[in-house]
Amino acid sequence: MTRPTKTEQQKILIESITRSFAMSFLVLFVLLLGISGCTKRETRVAVGNREQTFHIGNGGEPSDLDPHTAIGEIEHDIMLALFEGLVNGDPKTVDPIPGVAERWDISDDGLIYTFHLRKNARWSNGDPLTAHDFYNSYQRALMPSLGNQYSYMLFPVKNAEEFNTGKISDFSQVGFKVLDDHTLRIILQSPTPYFLSLIIHNSWYPVHLPTVEKFGKIDDRNNRWTRPQNFVGNGPFVLKEWKVNSHILAEKSSTYWDAAKVKLNKIYFYPTESSDTEERMFRAGQIHTTRECPQPKIQVYKATKPHLIETYPLLSTYYYRINVTRPPLNDKRVRQALTMAIDRKAIVENITRGGQIPAYNLTPPGTGGYNCEAAFSENIDKARKLLAEAGFPDGKNFPKFELLFNTLESHRAIAEAIQQMWMKNLNVEVTLRNEEWKVYLDSTHRMDYFITRAGWGGDYADPNTFLDLMMTGGGNNETGWSNLEYDRLIKAAGATRDQKQRFAAFQKAEAILLDEVPIIPIYFYTRSRLIQPSVKGYYGNLLDQHSFQSVYLEPEPEAR
Amino acid sequence: MDEILPAKQVAAAAPVAGKSLGQSAWERLRKNKLALGGGLLILLLSIVCFSAPVLSKVVGHSYQEQNLALGPVAPNADHWLGTDRLGRDLFVRLLYGGRISLMVGLSATFVSLTIGVFYGAISGFLGGTVDRVMMRIVDIMYALPFTIFVILLMVFFGRNIVLLFVAIGAVEWLTMARIVRGQVLSLKQQEFIDAARILGARKRSIIFRHMIPNLLGPVIVYATLTIPGVMLLEAFLSFLGLGVQPPASSWGLLIKEGAEVMEEYPWLLAFPGSALAITLFCLNFLGDGLRDALDVRGSK
Amino acid sequence: MIRFIARRILETIPVLLIIATATFFMMRAAPGGPFDADKRMSKEVRANIEKHYGLDKPLWRQYVSYLGNLVHGDLGPSFKYPNRSVNELIADAFPVSLELGLWSLVVAVFFGLLAGLIASLKQNTALDYIPMSIAMLGICVPTFVMGPLMISSFALNHDWFNATGWFFPRDRILPSLTLGAYYAAYIARLSRAGMLEVLNQDFIRTARAKGASESNIVVRHSLRIALRPVVSFLGPAVAGLLTGSFIVETIFQVPGLGRFFVTSAFNRDYTMVMGTVLFYATLIIFLNLVVDIVQVWLNPKLRFE
Repeated sequence: MTRPTKTEQQKILIESITRSFAMSFLVLFVLLLGISGCTKRETRVAVGNREQTFHIGNGGEPSDLDPHTAIGEIEHDIMLALFEGLVNGDPKTVDPIPGVAERWDISDDGLIYTFHLRKNARWSNGDPLTAHDFYNSYQRALMPSLGNQYSYMLFPVKNAEEFNTGKISDFSQVGFKVLDDHTLRIILQSPTPYFLSLIIHNSWYPVHLPTVEKFGKIDDRNNRWTRPQNFVGNGPFVLKEWKVNSHILAEKSSTYWDAAKVKLNKIYFYPTESSDTEERMFRAGQIHTTRECPQPKIQVYKATKPHLIETYPLLSTYYYRINVTRPPLNDKRVRQALTMAIDRKAIVENITRGGQIPAYNLTPPGTGGYNCEAAFSENIDKARKLLAEAGFPDGKNFPKFELLFNTLESHRAIAEAIQQMWMKNLNVEVTLRNEEWKVYLDSTHRMDYFITRAGWGGDYADPNTFLDLMMTGGGNNETGWSNLEYDRLIKAAGATRDQKQRFAAFQKAEAILLDEVPIIPIYFYTRSRLIQPSVKGYYGNLLDQHSFQSVYLEPEPEAR
Repeated sequence: MDEILPAKQVAAAAPVAGKSLGQSAWERLRKNKLALGGGLLILLLSIVCFSAPVLSKVVGHSYQEQNLALGPVAPNADHWLGTDRLGRDLFVRLLYGGRISLMVGLSATFVSLTIGVFYGAISGFLGGTVDRVMMRIVDIMYALPFTIFVILLMVFFGRNIVLLFVAIGAVEWLTMARIVRGQVLSLKQQEFIDAARILGARKRSIIFRHMIPNLLGPVIVYATLTIPGVMLLEAFLSFLGLGVQPPASSWGLLIKEGAEVMEEYPWLLAFPGSALAITLFCLNFLGDGLRDALDVRGSK
Repeated sequence: MIRFIARRILETIPVLLIIATATFFMMRAAPGGPFDADKRMSKEVRANIEKHYGLDKPLWRQYVSYLGNLVHGDLGPSFKYPNRSVNELIADAFPVSLELGLWSLVVAVFFGLLAGLIASLKQNTALDYIPMSIAMLGICVPTFVMGPLMISSFALNHDWFNATGWFFPRDRILPSLTLGAYYAAYIARLSRAGMLEVLNQDFIRTARAKGASESNIVVRHSLRIALRPVVSFLGPAVAGLLTGSFIVETIFQVPGLGRFFVTSAFNRDYTMVMGTVLFYATLIIFLNLVVDIVQVWLNPKLRFE
């Protein structure tokens, strides 16, 4: 018996293995070719333009579409298509315009609002939409057992807070009155000049209670009435499909009172968690518009394809909180020095690069017509002097302290820049500490920090949504800062209907805030989004709220 | 290996006369130019990275010195590898990052290798109930949520570099242990182990002298593959707040950062990526060489 | 063998119990809760929500009632997605991940073995270095780079595929290649190492003496030995593949399970974390059992212990 040599063995091996692999490779290749095909396909956007189907990158998977439990922008933007409140936001300016209510009367003292509802308003199942629906919906929105996080949006209404916190249990004492099927009266606790802009918010949307009841208790968060097969709404569109992490499809509602004017037939919302993915989808012609543009690409688009990108300011402020209970940050002079030694212009021009506006105060310009007059200055010499006065000449002996931020590339870049600025300008060394989101929230809440990043977006177009933030013990203050005069001014502003007086009080209050600097404003946010020129009537605005009633798709002839 | 006891394996089972295993392995390794080259390059890379503070003075940039107005620029005479988005010199940052990545990559891999090999070898060799319990423990470790594990580590022990090894070691040794156990189970059945047993070797010496050297092939390969995985895992841990704190960086973090801007500023991905790739290639050549050198059966 | 499998299945129960217990308490010890957000809710609202989910009860009672529901197969409602149960979310997402995982597995095993075997047979030649270099690149290039590269080359520069989505058969290709590439690299390296061991043994002589046809013997015998480390690796690897990948799913907008593993932990979605962990645990225990059986099949001298 001859023994095969090593090479012979190997030859056999090679042959048999390559043979079997060659076969399977061939099969796979043919399969691939068959699947992919080679024809040039029409993009989803092009088809959409023809069929009035709007494809939106919506930034993430909505947690729910129940207007009384959902929070967050992602959910809000979809609910804008599915529901309609008494009052709508103007598509361009978000100023209050008639919604389900075709008109309203306001009493002279500003406390009583009477809404006259459209007689042709209907639910998507054909039921008429009446004042009772609103009444019952508001009762549900305020039921303590529902745990509506945005219930405070209804608190200007008389006794609403008492009912929501369980101090009273009789809803008839709350300031909602049904005068007849088409007339609803709302009585306020105190005159709230921004009341109409408040009720644009989704927490003021009506829900179809018979449907809610059909699928569980009305105060059960886990109620399944928002599933597509169960859903009943009153908006211009109806929920048709909802596949988690894939898409949401809303179709034009035939029962909407103004259906004749709605031009879109379908809207697809895609849960694009990553803005890079979203941008690639946009480039591939899969979506008409994105929620945002990846930061490094903003400049590229602006330079090469300016017709595809738009940038607009938002009602949001990026700032740092200072823990005023920790020395040396309990010294106002130290806080002022840190605030003055940051070059905000360098940050917005070189790091964020999305047209953000350097912030020298808290309330974004043009918030409900209010523009803050007070401001601190960026002044390194003065900052050094203040630091010296506080006992740290040239940063000597300045204790170790930390800057906390939640992990995100953009926050890190800003923190690194500010770390350098403080080092260079004040000779003060801050270490950086990044934490995962929920850990960061926990640390902030427990005041386990020196300085921490924060951001605040206004809920409605009025300075109150920013300035009541810093009231003593406010849930989102979280700096330990307390100033009784400040509290008094904010409360005084809330008690009057005279805009001039209110704004004067706000001005004074914000001046106190900017002198004490428990927070370091850095910039006012902007939104940069990619959008096909074929999309019409879908405007960017301060509240980043885009209603769908007047949107339509019209490709420009030369664009394709 | 069905019936005949190969002569070479018997020889391997008995103590090698004359030269020790280590000596002869070194001789074989020395002849393998590729492996030697890989090893030298790794050594060189480590020396360069660990002398980063000196080199950064030579280059004239520090790893944290920013130039916001400059921003990201492509490689040029002043900044050899370009700058990042804050205008920091990438070359120096890469060196500093390499210190952390090489240290984490090599030592975390070593930790997981040691635990994995011993755990797997003991489990496979002893067999029976011990093996079952040990392997079920591995199953449990696989399943526990890693993110939460890391967060808890930080909550209870604060942030420190040792934790990084603990966290990485805790996940990386598991597959290693299973591979080793699988190999041991089949080695156990081979004749040269029986021979050793008949010759009166004790369990411990069988494991350490005969089993482990024979496992080295897949183990070395798997270990070298683990290193880039570990370096990228480190970037994830930094995301959770464990590990490198800015403005310091690591290769993993630089790659992650670079990936976000790979279309706009490709050099920010290309250089850290290449550093990682070169390291992996060198380690693989070195690993292959080591495997060949230590493979007592493969040598003629 | 049946006794062996039966015993392993029995062992699964305490293992799952330990995993459930450890995860439950680990999760609760982690800072931050499911309802923490940047806009903080009022104390009253928080108390009401916690009452709704039973979070106001002592921890041990929550644990007991969770186990009680678990016995009935009820994983509870998701905290993050309140109108869906964890069972539903997993049931909807797993088929997607399973499909993606199987395709990736095909890619990984096919290319991995091909490269590994050829390289080992042609050791230290170009046919060794080239496939191995590609394999090592596959390991070096992280998924978050590979995915975008795939998209920009095959979906943006060439209109062959959709950039994202999971709607058409062709949408399976890019994610499967991206996910499979990484595992292919491992398999290539491990199978090459395994084959080299085999090639250094000369057992084929004996096999030939028995008179079987040559290529059959060579392939069967060498592969059996060479594949052992690959098989050990495949146990956890397949579990990883079948439960999806966060990165691939995010890049390609695939509605799979992988995202939930990561996001549930970040959201502190307690029930979802428990659900995904237990699901993964069951899968990995099962696959490791399969691996152990395959090991015996590959090496008939092993017995089921």
